[in-house]
Amino acid sequence: MKLADLPEDTFTRCLAGTGILLQTGPFIVRIHSSVEGFAQLLRRFYANFPVVPEPAIADFHVRLTMPGGIRRHWRPQVLLLLDGQVVFLPYPLSHAFPLFEWGLNWSIAMQAHQYLMLHSAAVERSGRVLLLPAWSGSGKSTLCAALVSRGWRLFSDEFGLVRADDGQLIPLPRPMPLKNHSIDVIRDFAPDAELGPSFYGTRKGTVAHLGTSAACVEQSAVSAPPGWLVFPRYQPGASMRLEPIFKPQAFIKLANNSFNYQLLGLRGFQSVSRLVRDCDCYVLSYSNLDEAIVALNYLAES
Amino acid sequence: MSIGRDPGKQGANILLRALGDPASTISLGVEDWDLLLRLARATRLLGRLAVCIEEQGLLAQVPPRVVDHFSAARVFVDHHQRMARWEISCILKALDGLDVPIALLKGSAYILAGLPPARGRLLSDVDLLVPVALLEQVEKTLLGKGWESVKLEEYDQRYYRTWMHELPPLRHPDRGLEVDIHHTISPLTSRLNPDPEKLLLDSISLADERLRVLQPVDMVLHSAVHLFYDGEFINGLRDLVDLADLFGHFGTRAGFWDELIQRAREQDLQRPLFYALRYVQRLLGTDIPASVLTAIDVVAPPRLILYLMDRLIMWVMVPDHPDFPQYRTAVAQWLLYVRSHWLRMPPGLLLKHLAHKQIIRWKRRKPATTVHQ
Repeated sequence: MKLADLPEDTFTRCLAGTGILLQTGPFIVRIHSSVEGFAQLLRRFYANFPVVPEPAIADFHVRLTMPGGIRRHWRPQVLLLLDGQVVFLPYPLSHAFPLFEWGLNWSIAMQAHQYLMLHSAAVERSGRVLLLPAWSGSGKSTLCAALVSRGWRLFSDEFGLVRADDGQLIPLPRPMPLKNHSIDVIRDFAPDAELGPSFYGTRKGTVAHLGTSAACVEQSAVSAPPGWLVFPRYQPGASMRLEPIFKPQAFIKLANNSFNYQLLGLRGFQSVSRLVRDCDCYVLSYSNLDEAIVALNYLAES
Repeated sequence: MSIGRDPGKQGANILLRALGDPASTISLGVEDWDLLLRLARATRLLGRLAVCIEEQGLLAQVPPRVVDHFSAARVFVDHHQRMARWEISCILKALDGLDVPIALLKGSAYILAGLPPARGRLLSDVDLLVPVALLEQVEKTLLGKGWESVKLEEYDQRYYRTWMHELPPLRHPDRGLEVDIHHTISPLTSRLNPDPEKLLLDSISLADERLRVLQPVDMVLHSAVHLFYDGEFINGLRDLVDLADLFGHFGTRAGFWDELIQRAREQDLQRPLFYALRYVQRLLGTDIPASVLTAIDVVAPPRLILYLMDRLIMWVMVPDHPDFPQYRTAVAQWLLYVRSHWLRMPPGLLLKHLAHKQIIRWKRRKPATTVHQ
């Protein structure tokens, strides 16, 4: 059953009570919240995601609450508990949804070491995955959102989850947080894109989330092998260049863009080696999204 | 959670049973597994549980989602243990040419000696014991080769050097693990007074002859002292599991139990041994020979103290249900913290120390700001 199929009152009752069990990619998350305004956004952005029937083992337990005291009335805040632990300081109440998204990302990055976790956007076309590894600020999410609006299937804008045994990429579709200037860029680029409300003054500036399509969520159990490894760099005014790079260099760059390469030891080395060996490796500099997408589509078709 | 069941108690039962008898987990339902994973992670024992279940060939009977958690936990453990081995190897290289016996303590000893508590064990520091006469030389050498003191406050430095059984912790800036260099196993000001020379004299060398570990009875006694007389019970249950493993492993050797009681008497460490035996048996169901329990019973604390300890230990060792934290756990933690200080220093010194700490805390107090990860 999808979250959208759950009657509104059942949804609200569960969320405030025993929690909602949602599946995203390979993970099951138990979400509790009695925080004002959060339920509507959760229901909106996760409408197409499956609700897991009870009882189930949850991989992550996320709870949003309001800290007590006088702040409840004066500048109310929201507190995130990850498995009962406070990890981040409270946020303003209106930022509950971005806080939830960051908290879940943090939990995944800290815990899911059964996978090699690349800090990378991942999108699929013709059965192979394009990986766009980069740290924040390189335009990875924007490029990912643009590719998805042009027919690529979203795996994740943040995590390249690589299964150790067979090197397959595992989809982990979630709402994509666009930041600052990117919000308008995507609004212009894909006027039909389902963008949520803007959250102003977060730690990453203004953030607005891009919804995930039903089709993409439905296929989230379908993994795919990696095909292309492209290190993107957005440079204002630059002309588009897509250049192959030497594989040993790609190895170093990819290992440096991983959440747990070091932690995995030999297995990390093997997984990254295999990925670099199996992929065509490029560096992409661009300033114009259309040009970048033409080049990447060309890669996928050739 | 169904009404009428005490969620904390239910969790405690599941966790303790799983640790004492890993095979019992195969009959657990999905809800119980969910809770067990959370509690085992909170006590840093998830990797341990994973290794024990795999060792017994039961992995195929565990839900697939649990197997994923086990794999992830084992990756984490392997990383920690690799880092510990690497740190020790760096220390040996740095101390090359210095004729100093180094005895590994606790986690790193179990790992390098390949003892049962090493199974799935996490560790956050490397503990070493060196002769007090060579302490300064070892510290100077490491400081000269890149290690740095973690505690930079003058008061902390003085606190460690005057009163503690170890130097202020060192850390190499390129690596994450702290190195604690001990010259004895309980604070200088403590009421316990074991002789560290005896410990080093009777220690056993490993295959790599530059490294030593304490002989079995001393290893047990140190583990007991550390848990019941030094710590703040942060990793209490993990440390109790270490003890259960050591008893299980060495307990089958001829003469071990007599030697243990004899050594405890000789080093005046009977009380910590009493607690260790009592709680491995009560919490983890470890088999202890009846004659040993009778022999150690003569050093039992007065009834009222024992009654209190039983409750406090149960409350701090076993974590609360993550969704239903209990106020009493925080109280128990505080009481045991006070107790550990009480045992660590004579009253006058304790007052001075706590007053100083409090003044520093007041001075440092800053308005709350929103900081992110």
